[in-house]
Amino acid sequence: MSREIQLRDAIREAMSEEMRRDESVFLMGEEVAEYNGAYKVSKGMLDEFGAKRVIDTPIAELGFAGIGVGAAMNGLKPIVEFMTWNFAVLAFDQIVNNAAKTLSQSAGAFSCPIVFRGPSGSAGQLAQQHSQTFEAWLANCPGLKVISCIDPYDTKGLMKSAIRDNDPICFMESESSYGFTGIVPEEEYLIPIGKAAIRREGTDVTLVSFNKMMIEVNTAADELAKEGISAEVIDLRTIRPLDHHTIVESVKKTNRIVVVDESWPFAGVSAEIAYEVQKYAFDYLDAPVVRVNSADVSLPYAPTLVSEYLPNPRKIIQAVKSVMYQKA
Amino acid sequence: MAPVATKKKAKSGNKSKVSKKTYLEWYTLMLRIRKFEERALMMYGQQKIRGFCHVYIGQEAVAAGIESAITKDDCIVTAYRQHGIAIGRGVSSDAAMAELYGKETGVNKGKGGSMHFFSKEHNYFGGNGIVGAQIPIGAGIAFAEKYRDTKNLCVTMFGDGAARQGALHEAFNMSMAWKLPVLYICENNGYAMGTSVERTSNVPDIYKLGLGYEMPCEAVDGMDPEAVHNAISKAAAHIRAGKGPYFLEIKTYRYKGHSVSDPGKYRSKDEVKEYKDRDPINVLEKKLIKEKMATEAAIKKIKDAVKAEVDQAVKFAEESSFPDASELYTDNYLQDDYPFLT
Ligand SMILES: Cc1ncc(C[n+]2csc(CCOP(=O)(O)OP(=O)(O)O)c2C)c(N)n1
Ligand SMILES: [Mg+2]
Repeated sequence: MSREIQLRDAIREAMSEEMRRDESVFLMGEEVAEYNGAYKVSKGMLDEFGAKRVIDTPIAELGFAGIGVGAAMNGLKPIVEFMTWNFAVLAFDQIVNNAAKTLSQSAGAFSCPIVFRGPSGSAGQLAQQHSQTFEAWLANCPGLKVISCIDPYDTKGLMKSAIRDNDPICFMESESSYGFTGIVPEEEYLIPIGKAAIRREGTDVTLVSFNKMMIEVNTAADELAKEGISAEVIDLRTIRPLDHHTIVESVKKTNRIVVVDESWPFAGVSAEIAYEVQKYAFDYLDAPVVRVNSADVSLPYAPTLVSEYLPNPRKIIQAVKSVMYQKA
Repeated sequence: MAPVATKKKAKSGNKSKVSKKTYLEWYTLMLRIRKFEERALMMYGQQKIRGFCHVYIGQEAVAAGIESAITKDDCIVTAYRQHGIAIGRGVSSDAAMAELYGKETGVNKGKGGSMHFFSKEHNYFGGNGIVGAQIPIGAGIAFAEKYRDTKNLCVTMFGDGAARQGALHEAFNMSMAWKLPVLYICENNGYAMGTSVERTSNVPDIYKLGLGYEMPCEAVDGMDPEAVHNAISKAAAHIRAGKGPYFLEIKTYRYKGHSVSDPGKYRSKDEVKEYKDRDPINVLEKKLIKEKMATEAAIKKIKDAVKAEVDQAVKFAEESSFPDASELYTDNYLQDDYPFLT
């Protein structure tokens, strides 16, 4: 049996199922327990699992991320929620210098099976400090795995895999898409980390994206189809390890690629994909790799500036036309 | 949150030196902030204002008591619940409302919005959206004042939730070791979002965090501008004498939810009522009349002027334009030909 649920429900189901399955899994973060989550992701979990396993922290990201790392090194499987990834910046020391390095510096004596999760990316007019994406920042760091998706089916399966995984994982959701719905079966399933999904098959151009930019990409692909342009759409789902095989195979078929990434352009996920494609599909490319990113600036508050800043279907269509050498 | 223990009147015998003028200034400023934000909430409801919007309603006595006790050359830095602090500093209602609207005439050209007003001319170092980030920044602002040998101090404000960030300890330690002219103020309004102070620590008396650094520290009744003013005057004198930081935990209350989207279900109606009964604006209004510092007519005149000011601010914001799309690439670097990636 399947039913339509929201992204927030999918994440909650994944966490709850894994907590029922494994006593060592627990959830910790700001407002996750009594308030039922700032975005209601953990709604009802305190009631089911009690205060020992669903834990409200003070606002102390560095401290509770570190407590998560220590607990993970000592046999537990923490899920650490950041209200948003913007605030996880305070905890980067524990994520980057500790979670990511534990296995290497202990030469395998200690591992750090932990999931750091929360929303990444802009969510309306929230201005400079509350609108950032963190996939590229963390995917740069060996030792971490990075997942970023909003499709409820994928997110549930990936979250379950992430909690079972024995390496440290950064899981990026989307504040403005927690209400995004999808069909999810009631039966248990897992989605493997590190595999992209082909959302729609196409022949003229490959569109690669992830997280909430998938919504913009799908809209653009619909528009392009009306104009007779057939786009193959790939949802990366996992950022690190990156599934370049799926991307490269698609480009071999379409010979053109546009990467759509909410992150800033410099040294971002789109840059990495462009590198992989030129390396492994150089002879197949009929046009340079083109990317659509957010603007190379901090995001201001005013609505006119927000719409100028973000990727949107218009910009994506324009990019597709440019790789197809068509007039916009 | 337990009711504050500082309800009793200022000690009798120690006759207050506050002038009628100051009482009237407090009243006017508190009313201006209150009415400004009530209107902002209304305009938020009409989607003229977007994003996060955290109002200061209930906490106005803190802003009032600070401004009368420091000078305009002193600096202030605070968090995102900051409209009232900025207005107290002297940011006009027009510029503040236009900022909330995201208009180019806003105090920060519509780029910062509700959480981020900054005004150099008012020595206002901004509203910060990252909880606790401004605590060491405030110490740094004070560092610069000391470096330049001024007599100015930096009022560094943060919430009860922010008091649990590690940055507080690092800033407290260095600023005490270096005797920086910084006045730390924790506005304890009882909650960090839905989390009461008692649930965040073994030490619910936040002022005691100063003790570990031998920083002078006290709790103050934040529902009374006079109590705030007196505590800050004393602290400021200590700081200006070169003796280093001071820490005040000012006990206050926010009547509304954490932000526009919070229904505030984690507290009782009685608790909210208890504080509203001690509303600093109402209490002072009664005092002004009772002690014949103002007539009913004079109070009405103030109220009318405040209403006109807020009406005008909304009109100003409505009539102003949004920033042009090209503004996206301004104010990111001072280098004017910076090569942005496109
Ligand atoms: C580092 C960081 N963590 C979390 C948040 C989300 N957040 C915003 S305000 C807030 C509560 C802060 O409460 P308090 O310091 O008491 O200030 P108040 O809102 O009561 O004025 C939280 C958790 C944030 N903005 N920054
Ligand atoms: Mg508070």
